[in-house]
Amino acid sequence: MTIIKQELRQGRNASLIWTCSIGLLLGICIFLFPEMKGEMDGISELFSSMGSFTAAFGMDRLNFGSLIGYYAIECGNVLGLGGAFYAALCAVGMLSKEEKDRTAEFLLTHPVSRTRIVTEKLIAVVIQITAMNLIIYGLAVVSMTAIGEKIPWKELNLLHLAYYLMQLELAGICFGVSAFLRKGSAGIGIGVAVGMYFLNLIANISDSASFLKYVTPFGYCDGADIAANGRLDGTLLAIGLGLTVIGILAAYWHYPRKDIH
Amino acid sequence: MEAIKTNKLTKYYGKARGIIDLDLSVGQGECFGFIGPNGAGKSTTIRTLLGLVSPTAGGARIFGKDIVREKTAVLAQTGYLPSEAMFYSGMRVRDVLKLSADLRRKNCSGEAKKLCDRLQLDPARKVDELSFGNRKKVAIVCALQSSPSLLILDEPTGGLDPLMQREFFDIIAERNQSGVTVFLSSHILSEVQRNCSRAAVIREGRIIACDSVEALAKSNARRISLAGSADLTGLDGIRDMTRSGNAVSFLYSGDMNRLLHRLSEGDIHDLSVSEPDLEEIFLHYYEKAGADE
Repeated sequence: MTIIKQELRQGRNASLIWTCSIGLLLGICIFLFPEMKGEMDGISELFSSMGSFTAAFGMDRLNFGSLIGYYAIECGNVLGLGGAFYAALCAVGMLSKEEKDRTAEFLLTHPVSRTRIVTEKLIAVVIQITAMNLIIYGLAVVSMTAIGEKIPWKELNLLHLAYYLMQLELAGICFGVSAFLRKGSAGIGIGVAVGMYFLNLIANISDSASFLKYVTPFGYCDGADIAANGRLDGTLLAIGLGLTVIGILAAYWHYPRKDIH
Repeated sequence: MEAIKTNKLTKYYGKARGIIDLDLSVGQGECFGFIGPNGAGKSTTIRTLLGLVSPTAGGARIFGKDIVREKTAVLAQTGYLPSEAMFYSGMRVRDVLKLSADLRRKNCSGEAKKLCDRLQLDPARKVDELSFGNRKKVAIVCALQSSPSLLILDEPTGGLDPLMQREFFDIIAERNQSGVTVFLSSHILSEVQRNCSRAAVIREGRIIACDSVEALAKSNARRISLAGSADLTGLDGIRDMTRSGNAVSFLYSGDMNRLLHRLSEGDIHDLSVSEPDLEEIFLHYYEKAGADE
């Protein structure tokens, strides 16, 4: 518990800043909806006729005039990218920062096994990501209630669940990477998040690249698919779960064997 | 049972040498010095004993416990003072001390307060604002507050002013008298000579001498200082000669009768023969080992 508490204390400011930023942007998007709704007919037509760009963001399959259609595209990108960045950054630095900041010698010369350190740090990552998602979910519901719209509970819940799982997957992969790093980890974290995001855009644009959906966790966060199908894609989730477990196991395998210089 | 017992402990970083076939034995309650210049393998030895790096070959036991398989139990009995202490940014001294105690699952607040008072360390200060010396004091309190049975000190006095150094060694001596084993790694030989009973000298990853400090300092070499003139050419066993005016000083390990014979033929106004200090012996070990290669 000591390391969990320590990590939550250390990560508190970053966590607050990311949560407030994403929550604020999401709130603004939702508050803009009533104004946008009136002009949606024209906008939907415009957005559905932009070729690859339309496909990349799933705008060919969503009704921009409905709250969930609007939310899935506008807010989905804010929460998708913002959440992915936060999860990746939080996880990729979790183990490596001890060596980067040269605090590893302090931590690892206390009678705490490295496996326990990995476990407590992993729990700290999950707690921080979960807290951020719960707060943002709450803000979204409050904002939707405030603008007087009927909340599409099922789609909203599925969408938020998908983003939460996507963040956990990215965090799992980045946590595994973190065990192998000795310094500078932020670039790698952002690289993983951005790379996965663009893989999904490419998969949406070209049919021949659609297999990429199986690689990137953004594949099962597609608002258009979720809104249309009313469920998450089990196959993509299973692959995502597999990658998450591989990342976490890599951390458990490597960190206890790692030489700390 | 020894406090520390290494058996052909070896560590390579890839192809780079760390330590080779290190055999060390430190008895319980001993204050043991570990001498060597930078890069000789002192820190690698300590890092291996503490489980920060894993040995390439050989092994070691601390209080009978294997340093790899029983690492957590070993660390529970060990207090470590690193040569350069780093702490988590944004924390206050008292938070760092509390974190260290919590990681050991002990309440050390009483002992921490005593140590802070003795070392004149303000627990309310932020660690980011501390000087190198004050960070060292935080590390000292972290190492000592849980009252471990073994203290591993790596270049402990760096950054401490002379008064603090004395206070620090007073504390270490008290702990040692109460039965705590001390492993003091240093390149400051006077520190080892004053505080340790036995010591090992490490060079390029290997132990080249290990004995009581008196025995290490007691070589047959003598520091000869004389004023006057004498023909010393051709005498074997003269090293480290310095001249200043008509004063000559050198280490002599050759035949004393031959030296006295030469001196008696010269014109000597003053003569002193003394035991060399550990510093000179240390250089002697290094030069000798270098010449042997």
